[in-house]
Amino acid sequence: MIRPGKMILQVLQSLFQKPATTRYPFVKAPMPKGFRGKLRFTSERCIGCRACMRDCPAAAITIRKVGEKKFEAEIDLARCISCAQCVDSCPRDALEATPEFELAQLDPTKLKVVFHANLADVEDEPATKT
Amino acid sequence: MPERNFTIPIGPQHPALKEPESFNVTLQGEKIVGMNVRLGYNHRGIEKACEERTFVQDVYLIERVCGICSHSHSTCFVQAVEEIAGLEVPKRGLYIRTLVAELERVHSHLLWLGVAGHEIGFDTLLMYTWRDREVVMDLLALLTGNRVHYGMNTIGGVRRDITAEQIPQILAAVDTLEERTKYYAQVATQEMTIIKRLSGVGVLSHEDAKHLGAVGPTARASAVDRDVRRDDPYAAYGALSFNVVTDNHNDVYGRTLVRVGELMEAYKLIRQIVANLPGGPIAVKAPRKIPAGEALSRYEAPRGEDIHYVRANGTDKPERVKIRAPTLANVQVVAHMLKDRYLADLPIVIAAIDPCFSCTDRAIRVRSDVDAMPETMSWPALRAQSIDWYRQQGIDFTQLNRTFMKK
Repeated sequence: MIRPGKMILQVLQSLFQKPATTRYPFVKAPMPKGFRGKLRFTSERCIGCRACMRDCPAAAITIRKVGEKKFEAEIDLARCISCAQCVDSCPRDALEATPEFELAQLDPTKLKVVFHANLADVEDEPATKT
Repeated sequence: MPERNFTIPIGPQHPALKEPESFNVTLQGEKIVGMNVRLGYNHRGIEKACEERTFVQDVYLIERVCGICSHSHSTCFVQAVEEIAGLEVPKRGLYIRTLVAELERVHSHLLWLGVAGHEIGFDTLLMYTWRDREVVMDLLALLTGNRVHYGMNTIGGVRRDITAEQIPQILAAVDTLEERTKYYAQVATQEMTIIKRLSGVGVLSHEDAKHLGAVGPTARASAVDRDVRRDDPYAAYGALSFNVVTDNHNDVYGRTLVRVGELMEAYKLIRQIVANLPGGPIAVKAPRKIPAGEALSRYEAPRGEDIHYVRANGTDKPERVKIRAPTLANVQVVAHMLKDRYLADLPIVIAAIDPCFSCTDRAIRVRSDVDAMPETMSWPALRAQSIDWYRQQGIDFTQLNRTFMKK
């Protein structure tokens, strides 16, 4: 039947339903497993091949040698496009994507995240810790 | 009093437009007698940037051509590269690619339905379709790891597999969406305000649609039976059965019906893909250096036929990438559809082609008789001209350039 107000029933029903939106800053939306958010770097696994730097489309990641077989990573969150190609490129699983997505900062310097290498216990740590 | 024509500029910055583009509309009273569409306000230099990056990086850059049909562009690009490299993508990879493509079509068409509702002042439709669109967005985030730029494609296949636990979730989401789409189909065919507002608006006859080269739902609503998925099957479409939805209303109402019909076909396709998902690997390893060659790839994006041309020269970077987004084929149709129509129809007629002006913005040259520039300019000449131009504006980059050169 062609008539106006076809959706009126739906609208009235919505009055008695819970809102479709969530109270976001207070109620956090859970991200699904495997969501590509902020990167995490595990220095112990890095072998310094820099495959991640080569493949990053946004030049967001920098691997620096800080000691004998010790590497640290600097990730520029302002540049990172969350494609996680570096995670795929890494031959040693040193990089992984976490579901963390609230990355906004008022201070731009905080957008550069450095994952430091653990320099103190060079002798204690086995080289192939996984 | 003699009738006077006057021209009003709509855009590049205008509250009714979501993206910067310019429409110079010549009016006679309320009637549009002439229209001049000008693109070029959103040029990002993506094609040139592709030449400076490796093929692996380009997949992500190409994906960012469009925020809505991101999978369309990346699939179109990787298909071309795979053809040059002679890679045989595993069947499971192709099926997963097709699954994401159809889910993307669902989210894009639901988005359009909401936008169309908004443009005709039916914001209730916008609110409800966008609420339901969240179902498919969440599903895409679950399957691919992101809501918008899925990052699912890689040269030689896809990056993520579909697990057994995800399949019931896909089917449950599709059931919900199908039920809701049936409701919207009812709304579209029974709500009097929609029918009255959209019928006879933005008329594009069958002949004109063919003549002007319209693509996608815009053409199919004018009974042009054309769909790349069926005519030139790519990915897994050759093995799947579906109908190409056409309509002979020739107006915005027809375009609405085509899109709603395509939603129903998309659910059918998703169910087929999930039921027939072959086993095996999802990708083959691609070489970093792609052998010299060229390829043209076609893809039926939600907005119409998307074309990518890639030429490789044996290195790990492409020599040339050319993108023809579907909006470029449809944008000249808008001027035709609005001729002798009322100004009030302009927003909905533009929205009815589902335009994406940022995607379509490639380098253009506005021909002018005043400046006698050479047809082509070399890079050094172009650089010299830009430095000179800025200097005339009182901006000197010489010092800045030197600092960069030192680095």
